[in-house]
Amino acid sequence: MKYIGEHLLPGQLGHFFVVLALVSSLVATIAYAKATNAIDPNDERAWKKLARIAFGLDFFSVFAVFGLLYYIISSHLFEYFYAWNHSNLSLNTKYLLSCIWEGQEGSFLLWTCWHAVLGVILIFRAGKWEAPVLTVISFAQFCLATMILGLYIGSVKIGSNPFLLVRDMFQDAPVFARADYLSLPQMRDGQGLNQLLQNYWMVIHPPVLFMGFASTIVPFAYAIAGLWKKDFGGWTKQALPYTLFSGGVLGLGIMMGAAWAYESLTFGGFWAWDPVENASLVPWLVLVAGLHTQVVYNATGHSLRATNVFFILSFSLVLYSTFLTRSGVLGDSSVHAFTGEGMNAQLLIFQFIFLLPALALFGVRYKQIPHILKEEETSSREFWMFIGALVLFLSAAVITWQTSFNPIYNKITGKTTAAPEDVEFSYNKIQVFVAVVIAFLSAITQYLKYKKTSRDFWVKKILIPTILAAVVTLIFFWVSGIEYDKKGPGFLGALYLALFASIYSVVANAGYIWSGLNGKIKSAGASVAHVGFGLMLIGITISASNRKVLSVNSTGINLRWDERSKEKPMENLTLIKGVPTDMGKYTTTFLNSDSVNKTGNIIYYKIHMVAKDSSSEFDLYPNLIRNTKGQENFSNNPDSKHYWDKDIFSYISYADNMDRREDTAQFKNHLMRVNDTVFYSNGFIVLNKVVPNPVNDKYHFTPSDTALMADLTVFSKEGTSYKARPVFYVEDNLARFSLDTVYAQNLAVGFSKVMENQQIEIQVKESSRMVPFVALKVYEFPHINILWIGILIMVAGFVMSIFYRSRQGRLKAVVAENKN
Amino acid sequence: MKKTHIIILIFIAIAIAVLISFMGDLTTYDTVASAREKEGKYVHLIAKLDKTRPLEYDAVKNPNYLRFTAVDTLGQTTVVVYHNAKPTDFEKSERLVLKGSMKAGEFECKEILMKCPSKYKDDVNANKKNLTAN
Repeated sequence: MKYIGEHLLPGQLGHFFVVLALVSSLVATIAYAKATNAIDPNDERAWKKLARIAFGLDFFSVFAVFGLLYYIISSHLFEYFYAWNHSNLSLNTKYLLSCIWEGQEGSFLLWTCWHAVLGVILIFRAGKWEAPVLTVISFAQFCLATMILGLYIGSVKIGSNPFLLVRDMFQDAPVFARADYLSLPQMRDGQGLNQLLQNYWMVIHPPVLFMGFASTIVPFAYAIAGLWKKDFGGWTKQALPYTLFSGGVLGLGIMMGAAWAYESLTFGGFWAWDPVENASLVPWLVLVAGLHTQVVYNATGHSLRATNVFFILSFSLVLYSTFLTRSGVLGDSSVHAFTGEGMNAQLLIFQFIFLLPALALFGVRYKQIPHILKEEETSSREFWMFIGALVLFLSAAVITWQTSFNPIYNKITGKTTAAPEDVEFSYNKIQVFVAVVIAFLSAITQYLKYKKTSRDFWVKKILIPTILAAVVTLIFFWVSGIEYDKKGPGFLGALYLALFASIYSVVANAGYIWSGLNGKIKSAGASVAHVGFGLMLIGITISASNRKVLSVNSTGINLRWDERSKEKPMENLTLIKGVPTDMGKYTTTFLNSDSVNKTGNIIYYKIHMVAKDSSSEFDLYPNLIRNTKGQENFSNNPDSKHYWDKDIFSYISYADNMDRREDTAQFKNHLMRVNDTVFYSNGFIVLNKVVPNPVNDKYHFTPSDTALMADLTVFSKEGTSYKARPVFYVEDNLARFSLDTVYAQNLAVGFSKVMENQQIEIQVKESSRMVPFVALKVYEFPHINILWIGILIMVAGFVMSIFYRSRQGRLKAVVAENKN
Repeated sequence: MKKTHIIILIFIAIAIAVLISFMGDLTTYDTVASAREKEGKYVHLIAKLDKTRPLEYDAVKNPNYLRFTAVDTLGQTTVVVYHNAKPTDFEKSERLVLKGSMKAGEFECKEILMKCPSKYKDDVNANKKNLTAN
């Protein structure tokens, strides 16, 4: 059939470039491998030339694929499944990129694009290491190209094609019997981007994170190149800037994810030890371990074997995390582990095709790798750096085990083990000690010298920072303290220890810039990065353990419904519109929910907060985002008020338009005289008097009007009492009445008729539906800014080191050339 | 033996101890019947919301009280009490992982993990439904 209105060219071009990327990366792999093994320099040159052309083609192809996919999404070509499934017309332009990485194919694409960029940089800069290093990268490019191939061999699916048409995806759907199916309403707009991804962090976090993932291949490729060419230690100086780059970018990407989680998810924090988070943290820990042993090797010749192992593992762990998060094995244990598209086998092969040959090569060459027989001195810097690297590695190993034990164990044994009761604590109670050791080591180790340090020298230098850190910790203990006693005094003690070690790390490393480096900022990258890391640990320790729930339900309204309420966390507070409510340090009022964003899919709730000591007054706008993908209802999106020393963080835990139901409650009529009483479910109502033409704060009738006000008092069982003042009046010769509401008792009261014998008819309705309200959760995160500032400083330290080390590398190269 | 080797061995010993203690903390996935057998023990109950029974939640009265009936794959039911806000789209969930323990015949739930048709997994199937339903 000839379909009307389809744009097939971008898809055909796109698929062509996918195939071209696949072929050219394969050619590049083979040609670079030949160049690496060539003995005749002419052969080598010829192969290298071919390889460069092939890699250039691959570079061009993957970016063409990316560009075409973006074109399809931004031009809203909904005949393509990717555009139809991940975007829609109303989407803000800045989120169009996010649509690319909402799907699995797009994130592979991002990854392969970064590999291409890094590959081109290395072609220009790697010199004699180009051929073996690029062999590894080209092969990874080949593997990634298969992930977006979308080819069936028999019933085996290889990769998933991002240029699939909707009619290819759902071949049996009846709409495709029509040639003009694109004019049908369900094809004119897409399903939209998941509402939680419509956040600015989601525009920048995935590219940065994937650049981090992609960059772990560079030290890995150098290590493989060294083993392959038997030039075991020749690459470590040249590769150091790339390792630093990888550490900085991956660290930044992970913490951007934490910032997104903090700002747009509602688990009330920046880190939840979710498998998806762990999967990105673990390669970073191992990479940083490798970075330190690499520095040790460059300075002393120790730890080359360990460096090889760490770089092989950090890249393999990136692949493993890809498998974990995309294969669906984590189904029940993660909130956001997405399931694969039937590519588990392919993902598993991807994992082992790098790991096994790399380990085999390392095993074969192990004996040949140079190492120093004499052991490091205990007073040497390299000894403690190695210990630190080891602790980082073990920490990574433990996290990996905890993350992947259950799914794998259950798969093998068929048992039904599940995560521990308190998942976060099961990680925290171990990692707090890792933090203690790492922070402590990072504080003292810079003051040690390579090879050997005299005790007096070291003690003299370290004394002042140690005292200073102890004083700062004591002041903190005295002024604020850590209030986390939920897990017993042992854990609290560990938290204090971690806090001291982190402060120690900050103080000692900052001090080292002056006392150790004489203020030479250019070479202070490592110290700066350590200061940032220490600050991160301080921020994490304080903000996570001193997090307070402000929205404690202390109003006393109807708590009797929950007989076990006293021992439970009552962390959601209901705010009735316009009624100031007590919330710990604040008085809180839900003002309105009238404002929406431009496209109308976000509703903002205006919450007015006034501190009781009148030190501050501000509005919070926690909001609800309308769900996409054909789902009704809303998702909640937090809002925070930022102070220099804390955040007030709020989100809507329940609002009535989250699920609208009909108001089925009916008015009941009562005939009353003055001083009569009627009962309702939670108490009784007394008619005090009937006032003609009332003039008060609520009504302003004049003596010429015809109006009557019933003055009622509502007495609840809890002993609280409320006024209710409905009126009955005549306007334009018609009898009218207006209701009065007692929100706190869910009552609407009307004065509906005047009867004989001084009786009046009072209508009473009990319903929760009439009351505009919002249930809110509010946290205070103290000193969370220390965490964010720490990240920025750490990344700045990495950047400084990259410049310093690559300049150092170039200078050495010049010196070496001059000697020849 | 070298100092490094001794330290490595110590670290490995600590790591193993830590992992063993982690294994001790592990819980299990259960059905209603097996959770009842382990009354008071913290389990992961895999079930669905029983939409034929009433669900009790009134945020105005108390936003921290949700009561509903869950039914597992074997068809057995239990009343579940959850002292927290009703999760968004709760009625639409297809599968629930309820973390908590049985107490006096009722399941005291501490945490609810919802698997909604909208969340990644069944994305495509849900969208396919939209394609034909409209």
